[in-house]
Amino acid sequence: MLLRYRGSEGMLAWAFHRISGVAIWAFILLHVLDIWLANVNPPLYNELLAFYGSLVGRLLETTLGAAVLYHALNGARIIIMDFWPATTRHHKQLWYGVWVVFVVIGLPFVIQIMAPAFGMEPPFRFGAS
Amino acid sequence: MSMSTRSSKARPQGGGWDTAVWYLMRLSALGLFVLVIAHFTIVHLIYDPAIQTSDWIAARWSGAAWRTVDWMMLTLVVFHAFMGMRTVVQDYTKGGLRTFLIMALYLLAIFLFAMGTMALVSFPEAVKVPS
Repeated sequence: MLLRYRGSEGMLAWAFHRISGVAIWAFILLHVLDIWLANVNPPLYNELLAFYGSLVGRLLETTLGAAVLYHALNGARIIIMDFWPATTRHHKQLWYGVWVVFVVIGLPFVIQIMAPAFGMEPPFRFGAS
Repeated sequence: MSMSTRSSKARPQGGGWDTAVWYLMRLSALGLFVLVIAHFTIVHLIYDPAIQTSDWIAARWSGAAWRTVDWMMLTLVVFHAFMGMRTVVQDYTKGGLRTFLIMALYLLAIFLFAMGTMALVSFPEAVKVPS
């Protein structure tokens, strides 16, 4: 439906913000409970961790990162327009800017997260492996 | 001056609870922008989640500093996520169903905040730092 939508960027920006927001909310439910589990039942949590580290787990992790990054960047765009209304005239340009930053910041994360799923070393080293 | 934009809710007028929530959503968003991006960078870019066992978490939470930071993030995220879901519910439901769903959201928020706080407070101290 979104692909056939012929409306303006503003509506898509809103729809993506809502979809990513609900998805992040669902992950927050999981994430608070898994950390609670890490405390009360470490062996069971460590089993869950094996799933997080699998190919499917890493694809979901990448999806989560994309949702968080879009929601953060578009949220910044919303705050800018709310408190500096003159910028709403350039809301489309701001949205394109969101996607430029999204790709530039997101790409290193995707590579770092997905590399182990294909038997490769994560490219960025922080003395923390 | 129009307070309505094309991608966000117009600021509710009248100065009541809804106006406060409108401002608090943006205030919590600013805090989360910093805290969540830092958190995601640490636990997904700098460290691979696959190594983050219970022992690893205990090591990260040795001392009060990171626990405090993470508790601030928990507080902000529970508020922001559940108030965001409240807006979603208000957009698609009305009447008794809306009241029921919003009450359910508030109860779930309190439950989740309690679970998260319990984990943060009672997680044991680790004896060694992450390797």
